[in-house]
Amino acid sequence: MPVLSVEDLHVSVGGKPVLRGVDLALEPGRVHALMGPNGSGKSTLALSLAGSPGYAVTRGRAILDGQDLLPLPPNERARKGLFLGFQYPPEIEGVSLREFLRLACAERGQGFCEFHKSYPQAIGQLRMEAFDGRELNVGFSGGEKKRAELLQLYLLRPKVALLDEPDSGVDVDALKLIAGAIRDLAEGGAGVLIITHYPRILDHVPLSDVFVLDGGRIVEHGGPELANRIGEQGFEVVRG
Amino acid sequence: MTQETRRNLTRQFVEGLSVEKGEPAWMRLHREHCLSVFEQSRLPRFGPDLSQLDFTDLSFYARPVDPVQRWEDLPDEIRRTFNALRLPEAEQKALAGLGAQVDSEVVYRSLLAEVRAQGVIFASMDTAVREYPWIRDYFMKAIPPEDNKFAALHGAVWSGGTFIWVPPGVEVAVPLQAYYRMQTEAVGQFEHTLIVAEPGSSVHYIEGCSAPRFARSSLHSGMVEIFAKEGAKVRFTTVQNWSKNVYNLNNKRALAHAGATVDWVSGSLGSKVTMLYPTTVLLGPSARTENLSFTFSQDGMWLDSGARALHRAPDTTSRLISRSVVQGSGRSVFRGTVHVYPQAKGAKAHVECSTLLLTPDAKTETIPILNAETDDVELGHEATVGRVSQDQLFYLMSRGLSQAQAMSLIVNGFVSPILKEIPLEYSIELKGLLEMSFEKAIG
Repeated sequence: MPVLSVEDLHVSVGGKPVLRGVDLALEPGRVHALMGPNGSGKSTLALSLAGSPGYAVTRGRAILDGQDLLPLPPNERARKGLFLGFQYPPEIEGVSLREFLRLACAERGQGFCEFHKSYPQAIGQLRMEAFDGRELNVGFSGGEKKRAELLQLYLLRPKVALLDEPDSGVDVDALKLIAGAIRDLAEGGAGVLIITHYPRILDHVPLSDVFVLDGGRIVEHGGPELANRIGEQGFEVVRG
Repeated sequence: MTQETRRNLTRQFVEGLSVEKGEPAWMRLHREHCLSVFEQSRLPRFGPDLSQLDFTDLSFYARPVDPVQRWEDLPDEIRRTFNALRLPEAEQKALAGLGAQVDSEVVYRSLLAEVRAQGVIFASMDTAVREYPWIRDYFMKAIPPEDNKFAALHGAVWSGGTFIWVPPGVEVAVPLQAYYRMQTEAVGQFEHTLIVAEPGSSVHYIEGCSAPRFARSSLHSGMVEIFAKEGAKVRFTTVQNWSKNVYNLNNKRALAHAGATVDWVSGSLGSKVTMLYPTTVLLGPSARTENLSFTFSQDGMWLDSGARALHRAPDTTSRLISRSVVQGSGRSVFRGTVHVYPQAKGAKAHVECSTLLLTPDAKTETIPILNAETDDVELGHEATVGRVSQDQLFYLMSRGLSQAQAMSLIVNGFVSPILKEIPLEYSIELKGLLEMSFEKAIG
């Protein structure tokens, strides 16, 4: 049974329809990829599932644990176990990464002591010692922001992770760390959706499903070989 | 002594106050002089509207509680208030000395024996005026009554407050604190704080203020004078959370001699109207001052604050930093004034004011005035006004924080350069107060 079922999702941005009936199911313990050309609506799908203001859902449902997420405010979606890894995480001055994570983990039911153990462990695992004590995303390079998103993902242990281009702007070492964390997360039972243009990261994770979004709809759904075909031949392969 | 309040602001009242307090003649004459200056001077011609402030509807002296030696001896209501403010706890854990004033009189005071043994004087101002005749050389010498109407009023009716004298070379390692509480409706509180730091000494003084909400307006018009002699260091921290019926119109000024450092740190969360512009006169070469101010104006409030640095000697340095947060129909004004006199060659000054607007109708204004009468100076000025971005709010909420939590985290982050300079007990209280006001505002 899927951990997240998106059914007939229609979303408008600024009154203009962007998603026109997306159907997609994420299975627990599996890594899925969402691919598609520029402007196909990939980020819109992720942002509207997370509840970003300005993305108007005009029709459809997104069921997590038997409950439709779409009427809920963003924080309640997060508390139910949804996580969005941002393509462009904003900088928040004066807020320490650690303090922020402590609050966020508390909302996911992790006590102070648990956080006290899990935080240094995660920092060590992801080799992010240098990030401790810094302000949230402030002055981070593109790659550093992606690693900070990953740290949050790692600590919050969501049931569903939507990762919007976790691989853009990162070097090959960071890419392996990120892929490793995604693998761990899936092994722990989470359903993961990686949004990407490039199949590069997909070589490092145990990919099971590939969805292709084009023109606001899922136009193709296949196994890992679909990613390879797109990598070799471009999105023409999925167009009539 | 009986509980009492007195309303009419007359010569007899002022004389009677002086006689009852057992003051020396110079102080009685000073009060009388101040009263006539008050009567002849006008309300400030800038800033908030003070026309609703009714001098005939105020008690200029109130003594609802008798002084005690021990917390337990205070009346229940006051004791509960001070316990809720965790004053006895702070006294035990974090302070070298503590004074507490209710309306016009100091009701409790303590000083650690080892600090007393260093020769430090930490007394109520009333006692000090009786016991140390030389106070006359300092009292209202930094701020004369002619300076403004509220300085004159203060000089006429002042009561209570703190006197601190730090002997040469003595460093008071832990802060001294005073807490001011207005407990009576439509009362005026006029405490006088005088700090004399002898050469090479250092001291950190903290004051906190609060009042319950009444229907009628109250007036708080305190005065702070700091004399930092050669190489002395004085830090003065204020956290005020007056209720929204209080006019908070204060005068604060420091004189910094050669090599001295005076730092003002303030957090203003309350009051109906605040006018507060702590000033440092940099009198001696290489004197320094820093003014770190944080204001949070909510619905119906007008916080008119600022900082002034007057560079009167060479190689003096000032840094005036403010962070203002404005919500609802609140209004915040920051006046940052730097004046460099011709002899102050090599002076450096930096003024930085940032405002965060939380709602569309919030109003803010920053009025920097930087004047230099010599070319050999470095002056810098930055001002920014921003709004909480939807992207930031959504990002934090997408991690599970409520809108109020997200808002308060962003605001706390914005004011953190000031907040981290405020002692921990207060910064925790401030964070809590911020969070509460967002919970309330967002519902």
